Amino acid sequence: MSYDVPAIEGEVEAELSGAPGGLPLWEVFVRADRGLNHVHCGSVHAADADLALRNARDVYTRRREGVSIWVVPSSQISASDPDTKEAWFDTDHPYRHPTFYEIPDEVGHM
Amino acid sequence: MSDPADVSAMQLSPLLTYVLRLADDNLILAQRLGELVSRMPELEEDIAVANIGLDHLGAARMLYAYASELDGSGEGADRKPGRSEDEFAMLRSEREFLNAVLVEQPNQDFAHVVVRQLLVDAYQVPMYEALMKSSDAQLVAIAAKAVKEARYHLDYSSIWVVRLGDGTSESHQRSQAALDGLWRFAADLFAADEVEHNLVAEGIAADPALIRPRFDQIVATVVARANLTIPEDPYERIGGRTGFHTEHLGHLLPEMQNLYRAHPGATW
Amino acid sequence: MTSVEKLEARFEEILANDEKVEPRDWMPEAYRKTMIRQIAQHAHSEVIGQQPEGNWVTRAPTLKRKAILMAKVQDEAGHGLYLYSAAETLGISRHELNELLHSGRQKYSSIFNYPTLSWADIGAVGWLVDGAAITNQVMLTRTSYGPYARAMIRICKEESFHQRQGFEIMMTLTSGTEAQKAMAQDALNRWWWPSLAMFGPPDAESTHTEQSVAWKIKLETNDELRQKFVDMSVPQAELLGLTLPDPDLIWNEERGHYDFGPIDWDDFWQVVKGNGPCNRERIEHKVKAWDDGAWVREAATAHAERQARRAAAAAPAQEAA
Repeated sequence: MSYDVPAIEGEVEAELSGAPGGLPLWEVFVRADRGLNHVHCGSVHAADADLALRNARDVYTRRREGVSIWVVPSSQISASDPDTKEAWFDTDHPYRHPTFYEIPDEVGHM
Repeated sequence: MSDPADVSAMQLSPLLTYVLRLADDNLILAQRLGELVSRMPELEEDIAVANIGLDHLGAARMLYAYASELDGSGEGADRKPGRSEDEFAMLRSEREFLNAVLVEQPNQDFAHVVVRQLLVDAYQVPMYEALMKSSDAQLVAIAAKAVKEARYHLDYSSIWVVRLGDGTSESHQRSQAALDGLWRFAADLFAADEVEHNLVAEGIAADPALIRPRFDQIVATVVARANLTIPEDPYERIGGRTGFHTEHLGHLLPEMQNLYRAHPGATW
Repeated sequence: MTSVEKLEARFEEILANDEKVEPRDWMPEAYRKTMIRQIAQHAHSEVIGQQPEGNWVTRAPTLKRKAILMAKVQDEAGHGLYLYSAAETLGISRHELNELLHSGRQKYSSIFNYPTLSWADIGAVGWLVDGAAITNQVMLTRTSYGPYARAMIRICKEESFHQRQGFEIMMTLTSGTEAQKAMAQDALNRWWWPSLAMFGPPDAESTHTEQSVAWKIKLETNDELRQKFVDMSVPQAELLGLTLPDPDLIWNEERGHYDFGPIDWDDFWQVVKGNGPCNRERIEHKVKAWDDGAWVREAATAHAERQARRAAAAAPAQEAA
């Protein structure tokens, strides 16, 4: 496919160190319009927050996609463990949902 | 041939002369910024510099559209249309371009790019603000759009000049060298002639005498934060507004114009 | 089940349900590596792809074309950036990927190793190369790795104007002067075959396809995508009044597709191996820009560190006050 460059015979697959390097990474959140939440849309590299904000503006709002931007150092994000998905998220109490309750039709919309 | 440095030899009305000066500043700077595509220090900066270049190109096109109206002559059925934006951009020679010499200075390194940008922005922001009070409705409309962009450009250029000036010893030295090298061209942004003075008196053009102090103030603030020094050399290289350019423009134009000129009358 | 088997089963379940694999999910090491390789190559392609088109920014024939081209090349940089962002969620830095590209250990699409010799090339690249890329990228919006799929959605949305502007350039040229028509045909002659080769080797010889399809990284094969592209392009070329440089090109009623002539894979492999017309120039250009920018990145870092120290020094004073 177009960007999947085929391996040349004898090509050694590049070793990846996974070591950090380069300018710090920032996560970018954009508010598309007033009244909406900031939504994560990607990341940029920048030496400091002021530059990161401007980079985010230039990269992620070239087509008027936003009215407000947050940038957060990627290293500062704490995330839940995907292995805890069941314990954390597969629990629910049916009585929290409106359909749990039986109300006569005559009442109309409630 | 009469002296092309005499603007009257080009038979341009005062207002057309003024509009072309503003338009040419923007076009030539956009051309310089266009040269930087894929050559910036980080991918983010490639994108940033293209945004600024596109803004200047957009401003140039709005101004050429107005220049085109002013360039037409005659009335009614006898009306002869003015030159198009492309005819202005592609068919004028070095001596007919009226941009300030600052914008035609080559990119050299990132320090030259952002220092040149700072000087242009510190001029354009107060200039457009003043132009928003012009008695000419078209100029007011153009300035109202361009000033927003110019304010962002100023924000970008200041932030970078401060980082370079207050960065490493190499970046300090490079940005001071850029300021030293470009400073003598700054005065050309304000070099008004009789044409412009008359338009100022009529309430049409922005008054360079009023913009200059604001420019000095903006530049002084940024330069101080960057630990840089404005050179003391009082020499001012002026002439762009009347077509007396540095030699660089004569190299920039053929590259920009070649294709258009090689196919007279063709549509693209 | 051992714990690894459990993880593998969970991963397979995600794929089977057409759910997305997300960054912090467990994934087989080979999947991670394949994903990094592919996203990185895709990102490198966008970034190197700035060069052949950027080659005409200063020489575009009109101000309108200059603006469009600048915006388009800027988009390529943006798309490279989105993709590096996606790759970075797999635990590799853009910095490292950059070094792998510079040292030739990672590659980018061969198509960008051909030169743009006339203005018509800008039309042909938009029409054919972006057309081929879109064929591929639309498929990739459904790929199994979440951040990659999301980047592709954004990219496809933004790229919808790229192919159209290329086709419009070609249309303007083919309805222009004789010299312009000749320019357009010449560009098509040079870009057609590389565009077909861009889809990669035939399925029978493609080492990556089978596993990538199983992992739902790619949902259609090289040959399927290539055929789709040919079928799409033939009527477009007719509309332009241009001749595709393939004497064997003919509609096959039975297959419901166009048959086309053999692709010169020797040429393709030469370019992949580094011996295309522009391989060396592209990397030299990229490395030079990167090296020239080193002092700028160092300056920004030094300034940020100094500011952080100033802030730290100022903080206790503020508390005391």
